[in-house]
Parts: sequence; C-alpha cells; structure tokens
Amino acid sequence: MSTKTQAGVRSLPPLGPNRKLKLPKQAERTLGNGLTVIAVRRPAVPLVELRLWMPAGRIHLARGAMLAQTMLSGTESMTAVQIAAELQAVGGGLSAGIDPDRLMLSGAGLVTGLDRMLEILADVLTGATYPGEEVGTERDRLVDRIQVARSQPAYLAHTALLRRIYGRHPYAVQTPEPEQVHAVRPAALRRLHAERVHPAGAVLVLVGDVQPERALDAAEKTLSAWAGTGHTAELPPAPPLEPGPLLLVDRPGSVQSSLRIALPAVPRTHPDHAALQLANLIFGGYFSSRWVENIREDKGYTYGPHSLVDHSVAGSVLIAAAEVATEVTGPALLETTYELGRLATVAAKPEELEQARQYALGTLQLGMSTQAGLASLTSAYAGSGLRLDFLAEYAARLAKATVDDVAEAAQRYLAPARAVTVVLGDAERITPMLSALAPVCTEPARP
Amino acid sequence: MAARRSRIPATKYPVERFTLDNGLRVVLTPDRSAPVIGVAVIYDVGIRSEPEGRTGFAHLFEHLMFQGSENLEKLAHFRHVQGAGGTFNGSTHHDYTDYYETLPSNALERALFLEADRMRGPRLTEENLRNQVDVVKEEIRVNVLNRPYGGFPWLTLPPVMFDTFPNAHDGYGSFDDLESATVTDAADFFRRYYASGNAVLAVSGDVDVAEATELIERHFGDVPSRPAPERPDFAEPDLTAERRSSYTDALAPLPAFAAAWRVPDPITDFAGYLPYVVLAEVLTDGDASRLVERLVQRDRAVTGLGGYVGFMGDPFDVRDPTALLLEAHLPPGGDVDKVLRTIDEELDRLATDGPTGGELARTQARMATHLLRDTDAALGRALRMAVLEQQRGQPGLLNELPRLVGEVTDEQIRAAAATLRPERRASVEVIPGGGLR
Repeated sequence: MSTKTQAGVRSLPPLGPNRKLKLPKQAERTLGNGLTVIAVRRPAVPLVELRLWMPAGRIHLARGAMLAQTMLSGTESMTAVQIAAELQAVGGGLSAGIDPDRLMLSGAGLVTGLDRMLEILADVLTGATYPGEEVGTERDRLVDRIQVARSQPAYLAHTALLRRIYGRHPYAVQTPEPEQVHAVRPAALRRLHAERVHPAGAVLVLVGDVQPERALDAAEKTLSAWAGTGHTAELPPAPPLEPGPLLLVDRPGSVQSSLRIALPAVPRTHPDHAALQLANLIFGGYFSSRWVENIREDKGYTYGPHSLVDHSVAGSVLIAAAEVATEVTGPALLETTYELGRLATVAAKPEELEQARQYALGTLQLGMSTQAGLASLTSAYAGSGLRLDFLAEYAARLAKATVDDVAEAAQRYLAPARAVTVVLGDAERITPMLSALAPVCTEPARP
Repeated sequence: MAARRSRIPATKYPVERFTLDNGLRVVLTPDRSAPVIGVAVIYDVGIRSEPEGRTGFAHLFEHLMFQGSENLEKLAHFRHVQGAGGTFNGSTHHDYTDYYETLPSNALERALFLEADRMRGPRLTEENLRNQVDVVKEEIRVNVLNRPYGGFPWLTLPPVMFDTFPNAHDGYGSFDDLESATVTDAADFFRRYYASGNAVLAVSGDVDVAEATELIERHFGDVPSRPAPERPDFAEPDLTAERRSSYTDALAPLPAFAAAWRVPDPITDFAGYLPYVVLAEVLTDGDASRLVERLVQRDRAVTGLGGYVGFMGDPFDVRDPTALLLEAHLPPGGDVDKVLRTIDEELDRLATDGPTGGELARTQARMATHLLRDTDAALGRALRMAVLEQQRGQPGLLNELPRLVGEVTDEQIRAAAATLRPERRASVEVIPGGGLR
C-alpha cells in the first residue's frame, strides 16, 4: 500500500504561544557637540553596523547629490583610495546617500575595527576635502546614473507621482537635472559641508557585537571633535493629496503599464497609525492581501503588486504600485479601485484582520532579528524622534486594533475618492480603457 | 599603509545532520539569540535540467509549488505563513530550486507541515498553470523586457560562453515555451525531480534539536520515498579562442559589457576554485580595488564595475561549469575594446607582481564581513546550509568560509589571475538603443 494520505486528512498544526517582544540591551548618550549616539547590543556575529543620520532638509538638489557622491573622495590626510583601503583593512566600508530628509552615512565591519571605522568617519566628517579631480569624475558618474535611472519605467512613474502629489514642496523633485550636476564645483561642496554636515540634530546608531556603554565611549572619544554650527532647515509640512483626473504619462512602446496610486496616511505616532497599517495589509500590503490575490493569483495581470505606508519627516503617504500588462491596464485599475472601495465601505472579516495582525507582529520580530535590521530600524525611528522602545507601544496598538478601528481607518485613508492616480504606459493603447474609468489627463514622459 | 592584518573571526553555529528513511536529508542549526526560525527546502533541479522546448520550465514549476498541495487549497500556503507572522519565497537557480520561510519560532510545526504537504504533491491544475504562466510573463516583462539592461548579463552571456542547451539557454524562458507547458509536463517534472531523495530540509534559529527532530519525523517521515534521479553531466570544454558578441538593447541609454572566464570545478576542486572567488573581489570590491581604481577613478573609462563568481552572483551555490564574471557600464561613447585591453593589462600586472602591500589581506577582511553578515539572518543560514549539504554534504562549511577565504595566498591569486587570458574569455556588449522613441 502506498503511504499517500487522503486529501483533507491532515490538519494545519496550531501555532505555539506568541513570543513576547524583547528589546535588546542598549544605551544612548548626547555628546557635548550635540551628536546623539545610540548603541544596541546584538552579539550574534562579530560585526558592527553603523548608521549616521544627519538632517538634510532644503539642501540644494544637485549639490546635495554631489555631496553624498564625493564625501568619501578624500580628506586632509587620506585619498579616496586610502579611505577605502583603510576601511577594508578592518573589514569595513562606508557609503553615503541623501534624500530630501537626511544625509546618511552607513556601513558595517568587523567589530574589532569599530574604533578604526569611527576614526575614519570622524576624519571624513571634519576634513572631507572634495578634491577637484575626484569631484569631476564623480560628476560624470552621477550624470550617467541619472540617465540610466531615467530609462527605467519604475523611476519615471515614481517621479511623475512625486511631482503630482507634492506640487511645489521640496519632495516634488528628488533627482537633479544633469546640467545642474555639471554646474557643481568643489568650492560649493566644501561650503555645503561646512553649513550642513554638523553634529547638532544628527544621530549615530551602532548595532552589533558591542557592549553599548563601551561603544558610546568609543564614539565619544573619536567624534567629540566634530564641531560646527551650521544651520538646519525645517521642511514645510507636505501638502494634503488633491485628487483629480488620472495622470497618464505616455511611454510609447511600453509592454507594461506602471500603476501608482497615492492615498493619505499618518505618521507612526498618530492614534490611527496601527489601524491604517492593518488596513493597508488587508488591501495590498502583503502577499495574502485582497489586491494581490485578485490581480495576480486570480487574474494573472501582474507579478509583484504591493502597497506600503511611506514615512518622511514632512508627512506620510500610502503608495500602491503594480506593473501590469499593457492590454489589461484598464481591468487592473478597475479591480484596484474595487478593492480599495470595498475595504473603505465594508468592514473586513475578523479572520482577515487576525491574519494581518499576526503578520504585522511577526515581521516586527523578524526585523529585529539581525544586526542590519535593528540598525536600520533604530536609525529610521531616531529620524522620526522615536526610540526602539516605541516598538513595544506599536505592538500593543497592533494587538488591540478592532475590526471597527480598521474599518474606520480604511474609510478615512483608503477610499478611492481620495486617491491620486498616475499611470505610465503606452498612451495610444491604454487611453481608451482608462478613459472609460476616469477622467484622464495625458503628458509625455519627462525625467 | 593598510598593511596591518585583521584577524578573521569565525562563527560556531552548531550543525546536526540526519537522513530520513525516505532519503530526505535534514540539517538543523540551532541558535536561540532571536525568537525566529528559517526553514528551507531545496530540490536538486534547476535551469540546467529543463528539457529542450521547455525553457523557463524549472522556474514556472517553482511557481506551481505555491498553488496548493495535498491538504491545502490555492492561496492557503501564503495565508498560513503570513498569518503566522512570517515571510516566504522561492527561487530557481542553475543547479537547484529553493522554497523557504522565516517566521517567529512558535510557527515551526506549521512551516514543516506546509513544506511536507507540497513535497507529497502540489495541486497541478490547468487553471493554476494558465494563471501562473501569465504571472511569469509579467515577471519577465518587469525584469527583462520593459527595462534597460534586462537579463544582463545572467541571461545574455551564457549563450556566448556555452554551446550546450543546459548551460546556454534562457532560464527565464521564451513566451512560446511557457505557453506550451502542460499539466502533464508538470506532473512528470515533479515525479522525476521533486523526490524525497533529491531534497534537503534545513531548519535554523530558535529551535530545540530534539523537538525539531521529532516534528520533522512526524511531518516528513511518511512522504513517499523516491530516489534522486541521476544527475546528467553538464561539462563543457574550456574556450580556446576568444568569443565576442553584442546586441542592441532598445531601452538602454549607455553601453555596457560583461566578460567571463571559466573557473575550476567548485565542488571537486574547491581549493583550486576558492582563489578565483577572492580574485573577483581583489579586482572589484570597492574604490581601493584594482579595476575600480584604474578604470573608474584613474582612466574614467567606466562608470560602474562589478565582479563575482557564478552567473547569479553567489560563488557557493553553483556547480561546474561556471565562471568568473566582470561587468561594467561605460560613459556615452565608451570604448569596450579599450576597457578590455586595460583589464588584460591589469591582470597581467597582477599575474606578474602578485597582490601588493596588504591588498589581499584587506580584501579578505572585507569578504569575512560580507560572509558573516549573510549568516546573521536565520533564513540565510538555513538556505546556505541546505545548499552546502546538497552539493557537498558539508553544511558546516558555512562556519569555515571566512577562515578559508582568509587562507588564500598571494601566490594563488597571482596564479589565478594568470589564467584569465583573452583567448579563454567570452564577452557580450550591450549597444545602447537610446530609449523607446
């Protein structure tokens, strides 16, 4: 006899008891120069993760991009190659990035090299020289990178959405024009560095196989000399979404259409936030959501639709994104609007909420289970003025959100009437379908 | 400067191995530092094993393994994993296909149940097959057809370097082949390759070994026993004359190229292979590496450069034949021939003089960081150990890799560099078509 069992005979094993969220050992200190340092212990592998978050609101777009591109290109005592080699020698590395909120230096290395990584970091922060030769090279590389980005539909759709939702706010345009980049000179970078790369308001996060107090001591010893009293700039609040005609961005010949839908959202600390996160999960925020089960698993219109709540300093927004086959652009938008409208007007089933809740709570545990995850989470929280202990509060809010709370949040934030919709695709082929569903306003793809 | 050598640290993840009566090999690697687990099941079948006329089938079949199984309706797998607070995925490689979850550790038994159920048999229906053909076509559009540099170089270089179908064909598949796939094809593929004897289960993280062993016996013990199929020989002779190819990418704004050289057998000649893994990093890891310093910083001949062993970028999950690859993006009007000549010149220099003043030691320290960082996630350990078990019977090698990488010598790097000759090289150039309009 075969050992094959009858279908339906085996039943799903129950889950064991939930593990309580346990925060790692940590310490925090604000140095005399205003730098906040947070050290978190996770000794699983002999490494340390480093994140330095510096506020960067209202920095000139092209100069900011070039500042990040060339910050590690040389100091009074080291060339770019020496910086990279010295970091490598302790298994380390650093990279710089910028967005409208923050300038970020991040990296990881062998924990035995923490002191050396901090020394090099301090050297860069206090003595980056922006040498002319390197700035020239990096200028050309950045321009090439912008050109490549502009050939990607996901980038074009996202930039169109940003312009549409942010209007005249600094978030509206986040990538400089090539001509602006070409105009950036080393002197402007040195000036910008002096003005904006300073410790006040900055947060350094160290996570790994460290004793938190000792890591703070190491950071204090190397970074106390980082001074400077440049200025900071407040970002104005992001404007509320203004629904209007569907914006169709024409990309002739495109074999897929990129759907982007923006909906209102609230910051992490807002009383509605947990319920909104749960509503978002039920709609399209994870694989087992209504949207994914509908347009992927039922209809096969798309591969990886997803929606998420995106938090920035000046405001939060919910963004739903899907790349769908050109010929089903209309039907895919119809199903999307249907799923948003259904969630906004009919309460979710209790089991749908429980499933989303377990996912939200479980993925908090997963996110905290690695050094890199903890470092990014700690840094993102710190950028919003929060600390890791907020996780416990967030988990408690997730745990107690009711079906009614989620229904209210869905009606308030996920209603299709509040949506701003952008579609990038072949206008000649998709205009008739889209025009049947909504007023459409068309523009050419522009970077 | 930079000559001081960092001591290369090691991990000590414990490893338990056993084999069930039905031939399923099991690896357990407990670590209770976080309340999460990783569960991976890998099958010894990949892109190289799909039949002619069925390009992309291994990957399509991977999708079908998520469409319900003996006791689970369509959508149930996703809901049960995510409803337990976990995440899941699967991926198709040249030599294996993996299925995995990472979850809070209270979901261990559930994850084992889900994997065992589909090992007994997925629900292969016409409706699910058609649905997933559509999904896979959208996946290919998003990753290959609707974007610049799609499939470069992992899909576009193998046909230049290799002559036989298993090694050279498009692993994502042609739309014609995907649309021709039948439920019978899928049932045959499952019967042949998804055998208990052809699989490895690895469980990592917050588990008790005795308890996990008992649960694994309970859920996988009665999976019907089927032996592993014989693995064909995919060997091809090395190149004896340079191969060059090019194609126009209508969406690409700038030129690019990739070049590859065959390397020793990763399994049967690991000691001979490892220096190439390190060499790829000596050449391209960071601003202080040989080729980045020369080509990006000094000559400004390329704007971005990468190097690695294995067409998908992981040197420790491939069998022979495979290659060391370099890929580079060029500025407008960039000259690929000139860049290739410079690479030859730098390789000659390295082959003649060997690495200099701490160059190798610092690269090895950096590689140790990357290797250790990958193992910090429970899931990363489960996946890597499953592959090391399947391909080598050595899951514990994961703990040894940083040290072994650190033992590669200047002389070995010099010798490896000396073999990367133009006449053994296959390369492919992307000619920019300049956009859709």
